[in-house]
Amino acid sequence: MAKSVSLFVTCLVDQLFPPVGLAMAEVLERIGYSIDFRQAQTCCGQPAFNSGHREPARDVARYFLDTFEDAEFVVVASGSCCSMISHHYADLFGSDSKMMDRVHAMEAKTYEFSRFLLDVAQVDDVGARLNRVATYHDSCHALRELGIKKGPRQLLSKVEGLELREMPVAEECCGFGGTFSVKFAELSGAMANTKIESIKQTGADLVVSIDSSCLMQLEGTMRKQGLPISTMHLAEVLASR
Amino acid sequence: MSIQETLQDSKLQLAIYTATGRLMDHRANAISPELLPRYQEMRQHAHDLKKHTIENLDHYMEEFEKNVIAHGGKVVFCKDATEVSDFILRLAKERGAHLFVKSKSMTSEEIDLNERMEHHGLEPVETDLGEYIIQLAHQKPYHIVAPALHMTRFQVADLFTEKLGVPREEVIEEQTMIARRVLREKFLAADIGITGANFLVADSGAVVVVENEGNARLTSSAPKIHIAVAGMEKLIPRAQDLAVMLGLLGRSATGQALTSYTSILSGPKRPGEVDGPEEFYVVLLDAGRTKLLEDPEKRESLYCIRCGACLNHCPVYRKIGGHNYPWVYSGPIGKILAPQFKGLMADPWLPFASSLCGVCAEVCPVKIDIPRVLLQLRSEITEEKQRTNQGGLERLAFKAFAWAMRRPWIYEWGGMMGAGLLGNGGRWISELPIAPGPVKAWLSQRHLPAPAVRSFREQWRARRTK
Ligand code: SF4
Repeated sequence: MAKSVSLFVTCLVDQLFPPVGLAMAEVLERIGYSIDFRQAQTCCGQPAFNSGHREPARDVARYFLDTFEDAEFVVVASGSCCSMISHHYADLFGSDSKMMDRVHAMEAKTYEFSRFLLDVAQVDDVGARLNRVATYHDSCHALRELGIKKGPRQLLSKVEGLELREMPVAEECCGFGGTFSVKFAELSGAMANTKIESIKQTGADLVVSIDSSCLMQLEGTMRKQGLPISTMHLAEVLASR
Repeated sequence: MSIQETLQDSKLQLAIYTATGRLMDHRANAISPELLPRYQEMRQHAHDLKKHTIENLDHYMEEFEKNVIAHGGKVVFCKDATEVSDFILRLAKERGAHLFVKSKSMTSEEIDLNERMEHHGLEPVETDLGEYIIQLAHQKPYHIVAPALHMTRFQVADLFTEKLGVPREEVIEEQTMIARRVLREKFLAADIGITGANFLVADSGAVVVVENEGNARLTSSAPKIHIAVAGMEKLIPRAQDLAVMLGLLGRSATGQALTSYTSILSGPKRPGEVDGPEEFYVVLLDAGRTKLLEDPEKRESLYCIRCGACLNHCPVYRKIGGHNYPWVYSGPIGKILAPQFKGLMADPWLPFASSLCGVCAEVCPVKIDIPRVLLQLRSEITEEKQRTNQGGLERLAFKAFAWAMRRPWIYEWGGMMGAGLLGNGGRWISELPIAPGPVKAWLSQRHLPAPAVRSFREQWRARRTK
């Protein structure tokens, strides 16, 4: 029997970027996992937490824990949501030892997609093929809270036909920041522009990341400017063949 | 100049970006694994050291005072800005002092010391070049390390001509010479010198001041009286702790392994010595610090050694510059200090003006987790709003959000509605005459993603039944 993994596709991917979820499932199936998708899943609660509304965030977090309690592995389509679960749930339940036991158990089995491939499945070549010139954008929470830097690049380097070019400031924020991009729209847009300037310098026609929120920010801005550069989630690149 | 105006001023944008970028490069070079393999260890050491000191501050303040007295100096505890200016005014009156030279001190900026002194007819003169420039321009520092970071040499040329009556001079070295000529006279005539302090060393009663221009050394030694004004969080236990602290400060601030001048000042000049002041005072300022000490969640804000690295790296600071922050402390550290010192609700938008990218915590030499403190402040502001019945709509929205997120069928139905509404890339929303302001602003910068015709869960169900 194939080993099973539970997908947490995140609310953003579910509602706006379903191909990312499908690609993730396809890659995991290709390397021998069976997919468990729990229809009860919704959101990790980060929008409320980042806006300072801890009570609603706690409610959603509790619901998430209920939903995935008996999963063996939870594979997450976003570095940021993964970090919410593995780093910030603890901030929400700090004084409640019973909840903290559940949180720590969840932390131990929750993996961002690229990390799951490399650390658990121990696969870096999934047999993908894509003829594009790409540059990789480090999303902030994946980079600084989860310490994900080399992994996605290693996976991309195994994609046949793909040329990977580093941009000058790959680690600088794209300016999205959730509600920040609504509350400070122009500032957020100015930050995206800086990022796009360094993307342009690479000559790449594709931006890859492990967070769809950053890609939404970058793609939306590039489209508005009429630039011929598109974006793909890492899972979509790895599913290509 | 508002945030919007700053964003649109391309010259200013370039000035900020270039200046901060240069400091980033210098730091990156100085802490590279080849030059400083122990960097991460040093940060942890510095963090632990600050933590220990802050948690035992009363003990180290006592020890510091005892040792300052033993060297013939005096420690003056001040609970707020008024007590500092009262002390200085009294001393000035008793000694018949009028002219003060000052070296760069954010603590004195924090309490508006210059304005307070001028108000009472005293003459404080800033002697750090950047501080001198902004004093002439009647501005506040733009950056905690580089106060005049936003000004071009052409603007400085105009300023010098206007304020000093000198012929216009656009060459930076020449401008420095002009300032030096004016300031030399002031140094020779000054009655009292006021410096800040980068560190206060408890076991030796010493005040440590780092700088690159030599003006702080003159300020502390030329006049007959030296006053160091410092926040009480500047204490460190032992002189040997300077090794790690100085190494991190210089590298994080400007990429220097050690700044050009490091003065370790303990007490007035002793019999037989030629240099140094006759009187030596250390003003230890509270002004909200003890209150912060009581808060275990956020007191790490007091670990800051004012290196400015978090400002230089912050993508928000690099766009909006220093003067759009409500207080003299700008950038990420200002974003957590201002609400805690000036009051949570003084500028409730401030902790929200961050994408939480976390680069500040990554570069901070004493490992202050600024994003975590920001999140804590956001939650406190939200609670305070609830207590005072403000922000009801947003609260309701998040309540509804949490409610819907625990009911997948509601969530799914809401998503389908959303997908319908977002058809056409959401463009029709921005064209509505009644489009909500924030939505319009958002769409002015970017397009919405093309909506998914069917959500992932729908497609997944379809795939399964195939
Ligand atoms: S918070 Fe850290 S990085 Fe920022 S100025 Fe203080 S010590 Fe430097």
